[in-house]
Amino acid sequence: MTSATGQQHPISLYLKIWGLLFVLSTLSYLVDYFNFHSYLRWALIIVLMLMKAGLIVAFFMHMAWERMALVCAILLPPLCLLVLVGLMATEADYTFVTRLLFFR
Amino acid sequence: MSTVSSAPSAAPPSGQAPGRWRQLVADWSSDRQAFQVSWGKAMMWIFLLSDTFIFSCFLTGYMTVRISSTVPWPNPSLVFSLKIGTAEVPLLLIAIMTFVLISSSGTMAMAVNFAYRRDRVRAAILMLVTAGFGVTFVSMQVFEWSKLILQEGVRPWGNPMGAAQFGSTFFMITGFHGLHVSAGVIYLVTVAVRLLRGRYEKSGNYQIVEIAGLYWHFVDLVWVFIFALFYLW
Repeated sequence: MTSATGQQHPISLYLKIWGLLFVLSTLSYLVDYFNFHSYLRWALIIVLMLMKAGLIVAFFMHMAWERMALVCAILLPPLCLLVLVGLMATEADYTFVTRLLFFR
Repeated sequence: MSTVSSAPSAAPPSGQAPGRWRQLVADWSSDRQAFQVSWGKAMMWIFLLSDTFIFSCFLTGYMTVRISSTVPWPNPSLVFSLKIGTAEVPLLLIAIMTFVLISSSGTMAMAVNFAYRRDRVRAAILMLVTAGFGVTFVSMQVFEWSKLILQEGVRPWGNPMGAAQFGSTFFMITGFHGLHVSAGVIYLVTVAVRLLRGRYEKSGNYQIVEIAGLYWHFVDLVWVFIFALFYLW
């Protein structure tokens, strides 16, 4: 609540995170550039994406230094969305199979 | 009605309607605090959470139509390639856009730092640099959209490269993100101008810069997911 000084962190930390994000983005670009396929591609894409997202939320958005009540209130609801993602992926698979059966 | 109410209210209700409203105000404004952050920061987080749900719905819907399409999906790597000399470099424009947005996040984080150090000129300059990166990003998006629409014939209802759903999801997701970037640029410039004019000097409260920063980092965060799930899939 000390608004005059809140969330002061050394510039060097931000620069390091910045550099790290650059490296991770380059790596995910290289995944496409070297044309990796199937599970290797998916694993790399998802892992790099989550690492980048984690760095941004934790350091740039100061989540690493917030109180637990706020962190839970913000991070838990999006995690529930994974249920929706799972449901819709199953549903889409089903739609795809029925389309193959009846429209081809 | 006022005799029925059991909850202790701050002031005794004088009439029926004002009494009820007063009760509501007392209930919702009473001194109970769950989050130890300022009102403005809590509100920005609630907004960003709601925005997370909107973007998630878009991305989940996109995943659904992409999986369920029986027509081959266009290869994003080739659709978004750029010709450098004679060589086609896959996904080059999108990669540059990603780096631009990450850089804008970096300058924004430093702006927050300088604002809390009460160095308002440096904070404002860094915010304007951030806004400049944002303008660069949107300009590249305009270039990307016009190339796809005018040269390659991509429409929300179809395109020559493959599944018709490609166009609709592309314009929906990147368009909504571009709208966020554009709004963010206006927001950042507004706050930066107020900083320079010394609006926050009296109260010494520079948290508005951090709150604006939260919004900007969120825009970058959403792009991380779009980059991975739309362009790299």
